[in-house]
Amino acid sequence: MPSLYWNRVISIVGIYALLALGFDFLAHYVGLVSLGGSFFIGTGGYIAAILNKSFGLPPALTIPLATLSGAIICTLLLLPALPLRGVYFAIVTLMYPLVLFRIIEALNILGGTDGILGVASFPNTWVEQYLILSIIIFALFGLRRLVNEDIGLVFRGVKDNDQAVRASGLSITFYKAIAVFITSALGCLGGAYFVHIYMVAGISLFALDYSVIPIAATVIGGGGTLVGPLLGCFILVPISELLRAFGTLRIVFYSVILLAFIMFRSEGIMVYAQRKYHQFERWVKI
Amino acid sequence: MDILIYGIVNSFSLALMAIGFTLVYGISRIPNFAHGALYVITGFLVWSLVHLLKLNYVVSIILALVIMGLVGAAIYRFVLIRVRGMATSEIIATYALGLAVLEFLRWGGFKGMTYTLPVFIEGSIVIGDIPVDLQRVIVIAIGIVVVTFMWLFTHFNKIGLALRGMAQDEHAAMMLGIDSDRMAIIAMAMGSMLAGIAAITLLPLGNIVVEAGYNVLILSIAVCIVGGLGSWVGAILAAFMIGFLQIITVAYIQSHFHMVVALLVIIATLILKPSGLFGRQKELEERV
Repeated sequence: MPSLYWNRVISIVGIYALLALGFDFLAHYVGLVSLGGSFFIGTGGYIAAILNKSFGLPPALTIPLATLSGAIICTLLLLPALPLRGVYFAIVTLMYPLVLFRIIEALNILGGTDGILGVASFPNTWVEQYLILSIIIFALFGLRRLVNEDIGLVFRGVKDNDQAVRASGLSITFYKAIAVFITSALGCLGGAYFVHIYMVAGISLFALDYSVIPIAATVIGGGGTLVGPLLGCFILVPISELLRAFGTLRIVFYSVILLAFIMFRSEGIMVYAQRKYHQFERWVKI
Repeated sequence: MDILIYGIVNSFSLALMAIGFTLVYGISRIPNFAHGALYVITGFLVWSLVHLLKLNYVVSIILALVIMGLVGAAIYRFVLIRVRGMATSEIIATYALGLAVLEFLRWGGFKGMTYTLPVFIEGSIVIGDIPVDLQRVIVIAIGIVVVTFMWLFTHFNKIGLALRGMAQDEHAAMMLGIDSDRMAIIAMAMGSMLAGIAAITLLPLGNIVVEAGYNVLILSIAVCIVGGLGSWVGAILAAFMIGFLQIITVAYIQSHFHMVVALLVIIATLILKPSGLFGRQKELEERV
């Protein structure tokens, strides 16, 4: 059984990696700090579950549909905070998962506290794991490509000097919305995937884990590198599974790690390693 | 009539919750996402002092407030001072701190039974023909006292004036010899004490639960955004607006929509008037 369990952990690492990639992209290339990874997971997850249960669509259709429609919904819901500078985006993303949690709990909609049970699963574990791994690789290299394209330059412009972007006749809100769309698509994909792995969509999709772990992984792995968050996830999530017995103490553990890294080593492992690597002279084959 | 009375009580509770957050944000531009955690800590602190150390209730309240002030100063001195000016790190640091505290309390023993603080004075009075228990009257009284004190403090006291100077223009204030870090420490200490005062006043009305931390954070952020981040007059007006809106929602629609009101007013404010009711001075900075 342990091998089966750790197989599953790989899929979970993949889902967190998608969230962390999205967070890193949004925070370090566009300058928007999202504190609500669980908002994306929850939206994608519930849409996939509803499509599967109510309309009987197979996972091959629900995952892409949930990704697209979830991303559109998330972007629309976050749109009011986009034309503004400052902490508004962080505040709004922090509030949505907390409030949605309470709404679903209080109104007893979408299955209430029990959740939507009996969602279809993947054909077998091989499909489940290799699919998520290839999705991560695709997302990682796709994003790397994207931030080096022209549009990536605009994103960085939005982060560093938005007045310059505006002076060039580009709409800041439009580009921010595109970036949020990409991030929420990654998050919703993760959510839909998660629902099909565990075959249930409940309010635990809005749990704080999905908000904290991606941030911690990004800070530890090294923000702004896009590989760093992946590395961070591969370090943190297995540790998290080992600590499962401690319950909510895990979140404390992450928060403390996060705090320590942001205070003392805010560059993260990947940036540190890159810096060290370039400090030494090496023989290079010409 | 009861909408009027409970609306006023609710508005003053919101104002008490939010005033600490808006003070810290207004002066050091740090969104203190650990505000809810500070609120809950105070509750548990007073409870422990009363029940574990068997101290007098009044003594333990004063002691708890002093400790909260020191905690706030320590948070700024040891954590926030390192990330000051880096917006992303500031947000993440306070968020991580708040989560760590709240989830530790959720895990660490304070569960299983209900924890309550005693009310200050038992009994109730009848206003109009609605009985109101005295604790809610005390909420109004303390709300008025705190708001008046803050107004007097920031208008007729050297430190208060320095804080206001920092809030308006940090660089100019530094040129006039105001130490920006010291002022920020004072602001953070006062912000934590205000969170503590809110906790001590409001917690006797219900149980001490960890969830309250998140609720308080959401509500105080809502009040601050509607009033304009960093504006004190705006925050108090916004507290009244949201307070009455909530009570009206509970009375006429459904009590579950209590929290939804907070979210909706934030969204509406961001769409209609992003700088809030009174966020005049920072309007140009925040709107792109």
